[in-house]
Amino acid sequence: MNGNAGANMKSLGSFRRKFAPWNDPQAKPFIAIENVTKKFADFTAVDDLSLTIFNREFFALLGASGCGKSTLLRMLAGFEEPTAGRILIDGQDMRGIPPYKRPVNMMFQSYALFPHMTVEGNIAFGLKQDGMAKGDIEARVAEMLKLVKLERFAKRKPHQLSGGQRQRVALARAVAKRPKVLLLDEPLGALDKKLREETQFELMDLQMKLGLTFVVVTHDQEEAMTMADRIAVMDKGKVMQVATPAEVYEAPNSKFVADFIGNVNMFEGRTAAVGNGKIDIAVAPENFTIRTDATKTCSVGQPVGFAIRPEKIRISRQQPVDPSINSAFGEMWDIAYFGDMTVFHVKLESGRIIKAASLNAVRTVEDPLSYDDMVWVNFDADAGIVLTS
Amino acid sequence: MEKLISSVASRLVILVPYLWLLTFFLIPFFIVFKISLSEVAMSIPPYTPVFDLSAGWAAFKASFAQFSWDNYIWLTQDPLYFKAYLSSLLIAGVSTVLTLIVGYPIAYGMARAPATVRPTLLMLVILPFWTSFLIRVYAWIGILKPEGLLNQFLMWAHVINTPLTILNTNTAVFIGIVYSYLPFLVLPIYSALEKMDYSLVEAAEDLGCPPIAAFWKITFPLSLPGVVAGCFLVFIPAVGEFVIPDLLGGSQTLMIGKTLWNEFFSNRDWAVSSAVAVILLLLLVVPIVLFQRAEARAQESEK
Ligand SMILES: Nc1ncnc2c1ncn2[C@@H]1O[C@H](COP(=O)(O)OP(=O)(O)O)[C@@H](O)[C@H]1O
Ligand SMILES: [Mg+2]
Repeated sequence: MNGNAGANMKSLGSFRRKFAPWNDPQAKPFIAIENVTKKFADFTAVDDLSLTIFNREFFALLGASGCGKSTLLRMLAGFEEPTAGRILIDGQDMRGIPPYKRPVNMMFQSYALFPHMTVEGNIAFGLKQDGMAKGDIEARVAEMLKLVKLERFAKRKPHQLSGGQRQRVALARAVAKRPKVLLLDEPLGALDKKLREETQFELMDLQMKLGLTFVVVTHDQEEAMTMADRIAVMDKGKVMQVATPAEVYEAPNSKFVADFIGNVNMFEGRTAAVGNGKIDIAVAPENFTIRTDATKTCSVGQPVGFAIRPEKIRISRQQPVDPSINSAFGEMWDIAYFGDMTVFHVKLESGRIIKAASLNAVRTVEDPLSYDDMVWVNFDADAGIVLTS
Repeated sequence: MEKLISSVASRLVILVPYLWLLTFFLIPFFIVFKISLSEVAMSIPPYTPVFDLSAGWAAFKASFAQFSWDNYIWLTQDPLYFKAYLSSLLIAGVSTVLTLIVGYPIAYGMARAPATVRPTLLMLVILPFWTSFLIRVYAWIGILKPEGLLNQFLMWAHVINTPLTILNTNTAVFIGIVYSYLPFLVLPIYSALEKMDYSLVEAAEDLGCPPIAAFWKITFPLSLPGVVAGCFLVFIPAVGEFVIPDLLGGSQTLMIGKTLWNEFFSNRDWAVSSAVAVILLLLLVVPIVLFQRAEARAQESEK
């Protein structure tokens, strides 16, 4: 959506780098997953799923636990065969090709470090399989140890390392062979929050430096948003949306995605008027009117949803200029202070809670909003998004 | 007060196994050791000296003076004993290797079976213990004898024309030991394999290792503690095995357990047979210590 942005069209959010081969109709995908289904007995873990991933892309599979992310990754690695459909890597059909012959390497969720080998031995393992010369192996291992800053730990066994160090050994082992694609299953899942944030940037750095294609599985949306060029949001074995982090956040294509990613206020109603690039939605049951930019083509009287993020809602004791649209009046119900921002919960007469977030950009506030204040919430016409599914 | 009672109680609990070992292991050992230093005699019991505390201190000291290492010296002079020890170690060693060859694949298959059928398989391995060991060895006579089930089957299948002589040979002893001790080997290996994270094998394959190479580089080394434990659990009792060589073995089957039995029951030479037993125990101390070391190391690496 932001890729074909014209000169006078705004772009959605910020992006990490100018890299968008998915908008180039000429670009050939590096990995093509075509109508892949995976069944375990009569349970469908991956359901007729299609995806394309481009060379040097940092791609994230995001979804709740049990939605089939790992299964999809394991099919790419060759540990599971698709029940139907096919997977192409670099143009080659992967059906029947065993894991040890695929041009991909995987970093396991449990790290799967060989407990009877040293850090060095673990990293060298894959290189030895390739029959690399001894000197070359040593050089490559040294290079990898340097890359993950574990030079001093080369002779240790995995059980003598901390969780963060093990994670880096697993990473070094997986990239040592310079695979075309690196698959990472919840690579940061076992780390604590602070280490996780640091490691996110290290991973991104590494991916750029080595010029690899990364496919990362995660259930942590912040992690996916931080690291990935594109995110595939999955639910029950299906892909709900594939888009850049900003698109997924600002332009979700369905109520599921809007709800899954971040915080959202969701309204249900019917379109009351359509035209002039605007849509009026009569929200049930309060019957207030939302006038929004027409981000979807709708007909009058159609049931639609409207999603708006808390930080795009203003909150104030003053009545807005035009209280008849995009405005509501209610009681301050709850205040959640997070330090960097505050989330206000405003309870309307109907009982609906509207969440509005504001950044605490200054340290001191005169007469701050408090419990039981009566407040107005309001937002702009381009602040939310119309959802028809 | 309560604390005191509980601390005394916990000490008592620790004491129980030691008491057990003292009464049922250490004291009998010393009795056997004492007899091994005695001399044969036509009396009841059939050896001298016999300590009689009522005879006074001087008699007690005189009895002590009668002790001698003669029986041990005798063991070194008759090559029969040396051969029997050697042959026992050899038969136990070969049987252990054979048991490993048969048992490892069984343990592997069990560990890789779906989690739902594993308890059933485990049951099947333990099931033979529900029948007497002696009866199961007797059953092998029925299978292995010239007109037994095995020969009948092979002749019926036209694999052979004349019955094979298996019973009363070392082959039958090997079969008997492998069969009898298989569970002791399968269980520790199974437990080592079952604990192993299968994603390690997947990781090896992912790094370019074909499945068979992955087995030798990852699975086997990681199952070694189980293999070592299992082998010792077969080897140690097999060295002193008596029932199997007696029932299935032939006249040429030389095992120390049988020699001991002969000394004790046929020759009524309690003293020499005690010496044989003491030497056997000393021989086995080496593998037992090695076994315990391996166990300790395995437990250490699990931490
Ligand atoms: N080997 C298997 N046999 C049966 N069911 C499986 C197997 N592997 C995964 N599943 C099921 O498939 C679903 C998706 O699993 P998975 O891909 O691991 O989810 P996640 O998105 O959490 O990584 C889960 O419900 C899981 O129980
Ligand atoms: Mg998973």
